Amino acid sequence: MTDTPTIRHHGGDMFEGYPVDTANTAGDQAVTNYTINFGPQHPAAHGVLRLVLELDGEIIERVDPHVGLLHRGTEKLIEYKTYLQALPYFDRLDYCSPLAMEHSYVLAIEKLLDLEVPARAQYLRVLFAELTRICNHMLNIGAHVMDVGAMTPNLWVFELREDCLNFFERASGARMHSAYFRPGGVHQDVPEKLLVDIGEWIDGRLPKLFGDAMSLVIDNRIFKQRNVDIATVSKEDALAWGFSGPMIRGSGIAWDLRKSQPYDAYAQMEFEIPVGTRGDCYDRFMVRVEEIYQSAKIIKQCLRDMPTGPIASLDRKVVPPKRAEMKQSMESLIHHFKLYTEGFHVPAGEVYVATESPKGEFGVYLVSDGTNKPYRCKIRPTAFSHLQAMDMMSKGHMLADTTAIIGAIDVVFGECDR
Amino acid sequence: MAHAAPLIAPRATLSVELKKLLGTDLLAHNFAADEDSITVDCSAIAGVMIALRDNLEYQQLMEIAGVDYPDRAERFEVVYHLLSVTRNHRLRVRVSTDEATPVPSIVPVWPVAGWLEREVFDMYGVLFAGNPDLRRILTDYGFQGHPQRKDFPLTGYIELRYSEEDKRVVYEPVKLAQDFRNFDFLSPWEGADYVLPGDEKAGGTGEAPGKGAPTPMTAKEVKSSDDKAKASPPPTPKTTDSPAQTGAGAKVNKAASKTSRDGAKSKVATKEAKTPATTKAEKAPAKPRAPRKPKTGGDA
Repeated sequence: MTDTPTIRHHGGDMFEGYPVDTANTAGDQAVTNYTINFGPQHPAAHGVLRLVLELDGEIIERVDPHVGLLHRGTEKLIEYKTYLQALPYFDRLDYCSPLAMEHSYVLAIEKLLDLEVPARAQYLRVLFAELTRICNHMLNIGAHVMDVGAMTPNLWVFELREDCLNFFERASGARMHSAYFRPGGVHQDVPEKLLVDIGEWIDGRLPKLFGDAMSLVIDNRIFKQRNVDIATVSKEDALAWGFSGPMIRGSGIAWDLRKSQPYDAYAQMEFEIPVGTRGDCYDRFMVRVEEIYQSAKIIKQCLRDMPTGPIASLDRKVVPPKRAEMKQSMESLIHHFKLYTEGFHVPAGEVYVATESPKGEFGVYLVSDGTNKPYRCKIRPTAFSHLQAMDMMSKGHMLADTTAIIGAIDVVFGECDR
Repeated sequence: MAHAAPLIAPRATLSVELKKLLGTDLLAHNFAADEDSITVDCSAIAGVMIALRDNLEYQQLMEIAGVDYPDRAERFEVVYHLLSVTRNHRLRVRVSTDEATPVPSIVPVWPVAGWLEREVFDMYGVLFAGNPDLRRILTDYGFQGHPQRKDFPLTGYIELRYSEEDKRVVYEPVKLAQDFRNFDFLSPWEGADYVLPGDEKAGGTGEAPGKGAPTPMTAKEVKSSDDKAKASPPPTPKTTDSPAQTGAGAKVNKAASKTSRDGAKSKVATKEAKTPATTKAEKAPAKPRAPRKPKTGGDA
């Protein structure tokens, strides 16, 4: 046994001491790099991501992500739809946080129209945007811990995600594709009981269940071994690679559009921006965990301060009247008909509106030529920039770390591929 | 400013600083909808970006968007969106180009530009000189054309489906059961650039007034087009796949080849065969319904 050559392996000594056929083994030096395909159908790829990985043993030398497998031509389709008809496409971009996608779009239209939004609508939007953030982070946190080997927390946080989806359903009628935010406000008012239930959930079930789930993870030795010091990104790199959201905050830059460029009622909200210290996967994870508590704080303030009043602009050239009104008034009927056939015309111009979606800066660059359809609607996805940095982040890491890195990016392909 | 969109404080001295910094490369600067946008010389974009990053603190490139204006001589606009994290400001930088002239790549300035330029190339066919990896990114492997161009049809040119015959995905030219309907909502009173049918009469285009409404076609033309319609055979009805294509196997037996259309005929055959499977419900329609009796008054 002593004179038998052994394979020296990067990943530890699992082959140490085993007899090896010397004729075909040249040892580490002569082993050429090889390429494997990760995905497009892979449970840890979070959708249809195809990674072409060049490996030296188990060490990643190069990553070439192939995206676009879920490209549906959303931007092209939007150019052929009226402004209101294009709204549901946004739900289908990042289908894990649909309302955050709508938020950028309606704000862009309102900015072009220079349309005032009533206070209650702004509070409702903030409330539901933050619920969406919780909903999105629940999915990401659960998936991330499951990617690195923990099963139970995922099952627990999925219950909370289900609660969020139930709230969306009660507000809009749809669990996921809500189409609840509309240019000028929101689609309909929420029942009082729903606000009461959200308040009780925020105080009771959410902190308890989430706290329990996180107590299993955040100090867990295995979880830390899989995430600490994996894919460390410096502040300079985070800026150069166009990071945003939890990715840039994980790298230690306290940048949050809700604070720095407040929209809707965020200017009135008090909350803190969690930042990481090392810029690794663990920091990104912990930033998301803390963001959930901060979102809960914002939701509480919304519930406390929400005024009564109209839930959408009263400008009848943009926001259609309610149906009851339509049955009584001829003018309302005309407005209703015009808005649901021709839609409203948006003055010519261009805006770039970006909001803090749960995954980062989600922007909409809207070019209008004065008609009822957008001339160009460029969507700035968050995952596109983050995925591009996969190569930079995973170089020199082990193959098994890819799942942790993808999990910490929080990528959803509906949004990345559009 | 009434809207609720993200608030960005304007940089008061930006205009002066830009002029000093960029000189003749700056072609235009305008401030609209609370947003600063500048147009710069296409060939100087790389230097402009370095200057904006290093001197005006625009650390992040968030987005590169292409826009297509087919009427212009330089039909494509490439629009860069910059963000300053320290000064909390956004700036839009715009260059114009056409199909042939490449835009200098800014990958050396911001590595994130790599994919963003690839996307503009994929969608519009704008070339970026110096991009190390200018492949298509969002469209299919082997895709042809640039789908975001205004002259690219919404439906595209090819479609794909799984062919049961070939046991693989096949690409075919797009066949639509119904044409895509794109309605024109431009109000003719607010600047539509076409003449409504009938309006040509008002312009006095040669027809003497009082002669009656001119028809777009003469009687001869109408008749000849009618004849042509009669002569040409009716269009072949569009059918679905042949049975071989649907994946259904060969018929198991004679009963399986029976269709509902010849139900009445085969009813006799089933009775002869006396299959126990024939249920009462199946027999029922064969029995002619008794004629309804006229209602007699007073029995209700």
